[in-house]
Amino acid sequence: MAKLHVTTTINGEPTEFLCDPSQSMLDVLRNSLGLTGSKEGCGTGDCGSCSITLDGRLTCSCLVLAAEVGGHEITTIEGMAQGDELHPLQQKFLEMAALQCGICTPGVLMAARSLLEKNPEPTETEVRFWLAGNLCRCTGYDKIVRAVLETAAEMRSAA
Amino acid sequence: MTDIRYLAPPTLDEAVRAFAAAQGAARILAGGTDLLVQMRNGMVHPGTIIDIKKIPEMTSITEAADGSFWVGAAVSGAVLAEHPRFGKVWPGVLEAINLIGSTQVQGRASAGGNLCHGSPAADSVPAMVAAGAVLTIAGPNGRRTMPVEAFPVGPGRTSLAAGEILVGFTLPARPAGSGDAYLRMIPRTEMDIAVVGVGVSLTMAGGVVTAARVGLGAAAPTVLLVADAAKVLVGSKLDDAALNAAAAACSAACKPIDDKRGTIVYRTKVAAVLLKRAAAIAADRAQGRA
Repeated sequence: MAKLHVTTTINGEPTEFLCDPSQSMLDVLRNSLGLTGSKEGCGTGDCGSCSITLDGRLTCSCLVLAAEVGGHEITTIEGMAQGDELHPLQQKFLEMAALQCGICTPGVLMAARSLLEKNPEPTETEVRFWLAGNLCRCTGYDKIVRAVLETAAEMRSAA
Repeated sequence: MTDIRYLAPPTLDEAVRAFAAAQGAARILAGGTDLLVQMRNGMVHPGTIIDIKKIPEMTSITEAADGSFWVGAAVSGAVLAEHPRFGKVWPGVLEAINLIGSTQVQGRASAGGNLCHGSPAADSVPAMVAAGAVLTIAGPNGRRTMPVEAFPVGPGRTSLAAGEILVGFTLPARPAGSGDAYLRMIPRTEMDIAVVGVGVSLTMAGGVVTAARVGLGAAAPTVLLVADAAKVLVGSKLDDAALNAAAAACSAACKPIDDKRGTIVYRTKVAAVLLKRAAAIAADRAQGRA
């Protein structure tokens, strides 16, 4: 099968890879580029554990063809911490134990960051609706929602 | 696996030529929220994937001088929601499109894809039918237009001819005193497929309905335009008699199936309830009360 050569930007770094035309971006992230922070839960866009942003917009990487991302900008969970410094959401999730098994956590963090960039002062209802596409099989939603709300409050007072 | 080709043509003409040349073995890719799932499940095996997102006409939203809107077939729900004007003029169409899937899905999924997928339960379609949207379709024999309600012909089947591509939607200019709304019944609060969906668009003057359209989803093999329901609303002040008659017309139009989401009896009853509730919201919007 003829491989496609794709040039893109991932977490600010110019990146090139080869892919099959039908390969998903999630597959390339995990299996070609070694970026295994994005998880495959369902592979059909239902669970949100593979969430990335594509040109700043939250999406499921399992529903994006790798061939599509040429010339676009991707961020993944690996780009969330700055060196050793965790993003405030990551720090708060640790402090408040807003995770159990951790499989959904990278996707939840990506989605929550995307929410706070758009809406720095979300209500609990807004958080719950925004994160409705991130399924947690441990059903730990309550701590996740509280951690997002608390992070939002801290980020506002720090701003 | 056979060789799959990925093409992202920059113009509609090139897309039409590539689609025709593939002789039915190609699939159009907009947001991919249906196509990639179908490919993964082995339901489709496209020889060529034609990504239409590099075609400006198919990814743009334009408000014309006369007040009509063009919405390209590949415009995502999230992009449409961020348009400064669209949701003010067509709140019902926008809320219907924004009900499709999660935040992640909204970042990719389009009204064009929702329509072309051909589901009788597609949320955006009853609202588009109520809005009187007109489709532009391009194919090897040029362009043609069609009212949106003529597009679906059965579950998963559309009236696109071989080699034709849906280019986008034209929503007509909106007279003063107009409002629309879409409501669906789901047993959850979010992320589900409509058991029944109803879109209503009204134009009112002095409390009297001067124009109405009603779209009904998930209650027949295709989304339906319910002209009988609209007819009894026109000329009324949305009094109980008119609403009851329109609700009855909505139920009468139902030809649903029994399935895990709902029974025939339930869907037929809920169609009437949603008609009344959606009409009330559309009326409030038409009269500037919401």
